[in-house]
Amino acid sequence: MSKRDLLLEIGLEEMPARFVTSSMEQLSEKIQSWLQSKKIDFDAVSSFSTPRRLAVLVEGVREAQADLHEEVKGPAKKIALDENGQWTKAAAGFARGQGMMTDDIYFKEVNGVEYCYVEKHIKGMETVSLLPELKEIVAGMSFPKNMYWANEDLRYIRPIKWIAAMYGEEIIPFSVAGVSSSNWSMGHRFLGEKTEFATAKEYEEALLQQYVIADPVKRKDIILSQIKVLEEENNWIIPVDEGLLEEVNNLVEYPTALYGRFEEEFLQLPEEVLITSMKEHQRYFPVKSKDGNLLPYFVTIRNGNDQHLDIVAKGNEKVLHARLADAAFFYREDQKLAISDCLTKLEAIVYHDEIGTLAEKVNRVRKFTNQLADILAFSSEDKQLADRAAEICKFDLVTNMVNEFPELQGFMGEKYALQKGEPEGVAIAVNEHYMPRNADDSLPSTDPGALLSTAEKMDTIAAFFAIGNIPTGSQDPYALRRQASGIVQILETKGWKLDLEKLIEMAVTLIAEDGIAIQERGQLEKDILDFFKLRLKYLLQERKIRHDIVDSVLVFKIGPVAELVEKADILQSRLSAEGFKESIEALGRVINIAVKAEGGEIRPDLFENEWEQKLYNKFLNVRESLDANYSSKHYFELLVSMKDEITDYFDHTMIMVEDETIRRNRLNLMDSLARLIKGFADFNKINVK
Amino acid sequence: MNIQNMILALQKHWADQGCILMQAYDVEKGAGTMSPYTFLRAIGPEPWNVAYVEPSRRPADGRYGENPNRLYQHHQFQVIMKPSPDNIQDIYLDSLKALGINPLEHDIRFVEDNWENPSLGCAGLGWEVWLDGMEITQFTYFQQVGGLDCRPVSVEITYGIERLASYIQDKENVFDLEWTDGFTYRDIFLQPEYEHSKYTFETSDPDMLFHLFAIYEKEAHRQMEKGLVHPAYDYVLKCSHVFNILDGRGAISVTERTGYIARIRSLARKVAKTFYAEREKLGFPILKAKEDKSNE
Repeated sequence: MSKRDLLLEIGLEEMPARFVTSSMEQLSEKIQSWLQSKKIDFDAVSSFSTPRRLAVLVEGVREAQADLHEEVKGPAKKIALDENGQWTKAAAGFARGQGMMTDDIYFKEVNGVEYCYVEKHIKGMETVSLLPELKEIVAGMSFPKNMYWANEDLRYIRPIKWIAAMYGEEIIPFSVAGVSSSNWSMGHRFLGEKTEFATAKEYEEALLQQYVIADPVKRKDIILSQIKVLEEENNWIIPVDEGLLEEVNNLVEYPTALYGRFEEEFLQLPEEVLITSMKEHQRYFPVKSKDGNLLPYFVTIRNGNDQHLDIVAKGNEKVLHARLADAAFFYREDQKLAISDCLTKLEAIVYHDEIGTLAEKVNRVRKFTNQLADILAFSSEDKQLADRAAEICKFDLVTNMVNEFPELQGFMGEKYALQKGEPEGVAIAVNEHYMPRNADDSLPSTDPGALLSTAEKMDTIAAFFAIGNIPTGSQDPYALRRQASGIVQILETKGWKLDLEKLIEMAVTLIAEDGIAIQERGQLEKDILDFFKLRLKYLLQERKIRHDIVDSVLVFKIGPVAELVEKADILQSRLSAEGFKESIEALGRVINIAVKAEGGEIRPDLFENEWEQKLYNKFLNVRESLDANYSSKHYFELLVSMKDEITDYFDHTMIMVEDETIRRNRLNLMDSLARLIKGFADFNKINVK
Repeated sequence: MNIQNMILALQKHWADQGCILMQAYDVEKGAGTMSPYTFLRAIGPEPWNVAYVEPSRRPADGRYGENPNRLYQHHQFQVIMKPSPDNIQDIYLDSLKALGINPLEHDIRFVEDNWENPSLGCAGLGWEVWLDGMEITQFTYFQQVGGLDCRPVSVEITYGIERLASYIQDKENVFDLEWTDGFTYRDIFLQPEYEHSKYTFETSDPDMLFHLFAIYEKEAHRQMEKGLVHPAYDYVLKCSHVFNILDGRGAISVTERTGYIARIRSLARKVAKTFYAEREKLGFPILKAKEDKSNE
């Protein structure tokens, strides 16, 4: 069948850089699924985007829908034919209903019964007649942030300026928000002009002529190669931050990399300050020497060609100079502050209306940190470091520099703490208590830092849960999920023997002591634990633990996170071991029957057979051995070693006997055993079929 | 180009686009947006095209005239067009050409910036316009004003006059800018900058200002009840300015701050509603005049 190329381009006023790529992908997916749903075949799809356009070119789009062959089932043969072998009314009706003749009917056997069938052949419609439906795709795009403009009723990411919609050489006619589709597009805002396409396929080439590199991958490659040239020419290293590159790539249609410089004296500012000023505020790439030192240069990507680069560089230098001069001023002013003055100021800063001031939070976190340091038996030196770090962990929030550059919280705290004579361990912990700052960030490297980070995050989570500020769906304004993940990662890496349940209970206690209203304490702790269980689930899934094993270790007590992970790893590694299935079933059976237990002591004098005594002895041995030498691996081996005793017991012992005393005693044994088993996992969740 | 000529060039450019050239509104305010020519007129269905220079007071930014970039009072050139014209970006870029800025020699970009003014219940989407990395203009499609949805949508273009001038005149220090031949920014504004800073940070009387806030707030409510939007709004502006001085003075704690902003916001919302209602009573006269004209 003959085919043509399909082009759809939405021309817009500059979109927010962060939404460009995802919007392009959305448009591409929408067009492909529309073609598929219409049964229109095509060869290949390419997607394009710049700040001002989202486009998709589909090559080899067939000129008609695929014809439809459909086999339709009718009545059974015995109903379709009368005793004389003539078609009945039922058969005639069926054929007519399908727009066919009785002659078209054939028979096919289904489960031993013959039925009438007809084969329908539906001719596909011409693609051209369907394409105006693309209007719905354009109008139906969904964006994270939408706006109205002028008198239009459509809400969109930014105002639509033009729509190029072509099938081969033909314009696909429709209009959206007062804009009619056409065969033209706009070139670069300053270097290019309006350009007409003779065919859809010309799209990329024609735009290139107008100084638009429409393919974001090519554009990114150009930026990277331009950066490389600057590196080689000047003997520099320009570390390319992937996020910044992506953003810059979506701020330009025709990139040209250029560099500027700043006064060497600004290099005395902390590196984070320089980098933040350049990256976050100006979208510049910082420049380093071959040995890794920051140099007084920056690289910016201009949306234009290589003419008049000196003017552009000079303008950018002027802006950066003003920013760095401000930063230097703030830095000097901050030298005059004493940490104690900063801490006093925290008393006047409301952390959250219902939670209290920052000073109150800091006091709580400090208490929490000290309690945890005791439980974990930190050395007295680490205890002191953690205590002082907790006391001053938020002091930098009232410095001029953090006020101006909020993203530098913690970094400035470390710098200033050192300058003001705090021990290095304290300064590092002040910074590390924010870590991990995001999914890719590293964890605190020191024990005091890790402990403070855990306490601070746990306090935040408990406090927000207490006031009912619980993340739902995409709503998580205080990033509680990220913080819970951070705690889980720290606990896992550190391997601390600290029950997650205990950690939550401690945080809630401190919050209650501070007078923050708590509705119902038990429910609150359960909600927080459930919230953590989800994080643990992700953690285990990332380790490729099978989902049923993940479930099995999350049912009962969580305990220390590192042990939980070990348990899951052990179960996963034994899945195919010999006897695994039998062991799991035996252990699971104990858990099941123990549910009926009513509580009480085990009385060996009531045992009626040797199997009871044997299992009881085994249980005592196992418990003793586990107390003497605990490890997750040893725990599992011991549980599994009980398999024979359990199986023999069940084979020879009826638990639910009429005699109540005997029954209770047997259930008590089951209950004690079950508690030991449940300390490891809910073996009934594991799929061993 | 000196500042006076810049203003003249911008006025000429926007007058040619059909904007009414207004003069600055005579009550203190923190931004051109707060002028009734923007805040009130962006509300409702009536068309509205204006341009004006607005001296904007930001007490907390006062630096006694010692900082090369920060000012107690700076100047905004403000443009409002409702409904937003189709080619508004092109019109804007032409205004830069009128200021002698050739886009081919520079790097001009529209960088996402969603603007919000919680104390006025305003929100909009748009960009900050970058000229070689410097933010020279706020470009906003109003979505909400005074808590009311904007339909049709107004576009607001706010040029930072001092910023733009420091670029055009290549000056590091705002006080070195040439206002007109023989007069620098220093000649005109240094003394008031110093005095207003001293007033804001040292000599103002917080007790009196708190008292004024309460009086102004009460009067705003009282006038609104009589349907007198403009006098009421003047008192809202006065509340806002007094709040800004108190804030600069450090007399308002963080907790109280939220409360004061909420009080101003509730006034602004009430004014917005009242203005809409009063225009509706009048039959939206500007819209009606325009329709009558196009029917002729």
